[in-house]
Amino acid sequence: MVSPTEYLPKSYRPRVSTYWWLARWAYLKFILREASCVFVAWTVVLTLIGIRALTRGPADYTEFEKWLRQPIPLALNIISFFFVVFHAVTWFDLAPKAMAVRLRGKRLPSVAIATPNYVVWIAISAAVAWILLRG
Amino acid sequence: MKKRSNEPLLWMLFSAGGVVAALLMPIHLLLFGLAFPLGWLQSPSRDELLILVRHPVARIYLLLLCSLPWFHWAHRFRFTLYDGLQIKHLNELINVFCYGGAVVGTVVAVYFVSQIS
Amino acid sequence: MANRITLQITRYHPGHDEKPRLETYEVPLRKEWVVLDALNYIKDYLDGSLSFRWSCRMGVCGSCGMTVNGVPKLTCATFVSDYAPGPVRIEPLKHFPVLRDLVVDTSDFLVKLAKSKPWIIRSVNKSLEEEYLQTPEQLEAYKQFSMCINCMLCYAACPVYGLDPLFSGPAAIALAQRYNMDSRDEGAGKRLDILSHHDGIWACTFVGECTKVCPKNVDPASAIQQYKLTASLEWVKSFVLPRGGQ
Repeated sequence: MVSPTEYLPKSYRPRVSTYWWLARWAYLKFILREASCVFVAWTVVLTLIGIRALTRGPADYTEFEKWLRQPIPLALNIISFFFVVFHAVTWFDLAPKAMAVRLRGKRLPSVAIATPNYVVWIAISAAVAWILLRG
Repeated sequence: MKKRSNEPLLWMLFSAGGVVAALLMPIHLLLFGLAFPLGWLQSPSRDELLILVRHPVARIYLLLLCSLPWFHWAHRFRFTLYDGLQIKHLNELINVFCYGGAVVGTVVAVYFVSQIS
Repeated sequence: MANRITLQITRYHPGHDEKPRLETYEVPLRKEWVVLDALNYIKDYLDGSLSFRWSCRMGVCGSCGMTVNGVPKLTCATFVSDYAPGPVRIEPLKHFPVLRDLVVDTSDFLVKLAKSKPWIIRSVNKSLEEEYLQTPEQLEAYKQFSMCINCMLCYAACPVYGLDPLFSGPAAIALAQRYNMDSRDEGAGKRLDILSHHDGIWACTFVGECTKVCPKNVDPASAIQQYKLTASLEWVKSFVLPRGGQ
C-alpha cells in the first residue's frame, strides 16, 4: 500500500459491509448456494436417524415414519429438498469449469461436460427409486 | 522447497462430498422426505428396507452417503463463516468446529451402519 | 431520447475531505458516447479538477476501470445511452484504496501479479538464433488467459478480495495459469509453491463474479478451478511419488 507522504495524504479505504451479499442478486445466489451445505448436512442427519430407527426395531421405525409426517420435520424436508436440488444443479453447471477437456485441440464447452453429469444424475436417481419402489 | 498447503486434501474431500450429495440426496429426500410421508408413493416396509441395507454394497453406499457430505458441509460452512459473517480471525475455532464436526459425524455414521445386522 | 443526462460522480480530495462525496454534473447525451467521453467532457468544460485514469480509450490498456451504477466497468467500453434517462453513478473501482476522486491505489494488485511470476521460466533459455516452436493446440491451451489487460475489474467484483485483502485475486492467478499452460514454460512448480496457499488459490470460493465482469472473456474463475485441480493432483503425486518422481 502507498504510505502517506507530504504530497500524498492518506487514501480512503471503506470497510466492507456485513451485508455485502445483499447488494447484488449474483452475490445472494452465491450465498444461497453456500447455505445449501447446511441442508446437505441435515440430510445426512436425517438419514442417520432413519438408519438408527430401522435397526432398533419395528416400533422405532413406525415412530420415525410418523415423525416425518409432522408439519415441522415435513416443512424442513421440503425446504431441504429444494436446497439440495439447487446444490446439484449449481454443482453440475460449475464442476466442468475445473476441467479443461480438449477434443482435437479445441476446448469443449462447459455444457458438453455438464450434460453427461445430468444424465448420470437422472440415471442414478431412477435406479435408486426403482430399487426402493419395486417392492 | 517451500512446504505446500494441505488444503488440497480438504478441497478433494469437499468435492467428493459434493458429488455424492448432488447425485444421491435429491432422490433420497424426494422419496423419504416427501413422497413416502405424504403418501404419493408406497413406502417400502421395514422388513423390505432391512433386506436392502444388509447387502454389503448397500452398507458401503450408506457409509459414503453419510460420511463424505459431512466434509462437503465442513469446507463450505467454514468459508461461509469467513465471508458471510466475516469472522475469519476465529479461524482456528472454525476449523476445529467444521472439520472436527465432520470427523465426529463420520464416526457416528460408521457406528450406525455397523449396527445393521 | 432526451439530450442531457445527469452524472453523479465521486469526488474525494485527500487531506481536505474526510470521506468521498457525490457531485452532480449534467452532460450532453450523445448516442455514440461512452462514459469516458462524458468524463472528459466534464474535465474539459465543467470541472477541470476531476481526476480519473484512462489511456487507449479502446479497451486494451486496462486503465479506465471504474464502478458504474454499482458494477465494475471499463468506462471506454460502456455506453452512456445504456443508462438513459439516468442518473448515472460513477465511483472509483471497489476494494482498492481511493487516492483521489476516481483514482485508486493499484499497488496491491501489482505486488500480487509479480508474485505469480508472469513470465516464461526455463532452466535453460534458448539463444536468440533458436525458435520456440508451438502448435496451434499448444497456443490454444493458454491463449484465453493471456487476454488479460490487468484492468482489475475482477478484483472489484470479487467479494473474497473485498473481505480478505491478502487473497491473491483472480487476475494474478489466471495469469499464473497462463504461464503454467504455456508449453515453453517450466515454472509451474515454482508458481504452485507460492499460490497453493490459503491466501492463494484456496481462498477462492468460486463466486464467479470475476468471470462475469471480465471485459476480455479471460474466465479467471475457470482458471482458478483448473489450478485447484492441478494443485490437488500434484499434492497426491507428492505422496505417491516423493521427490517429484525423479
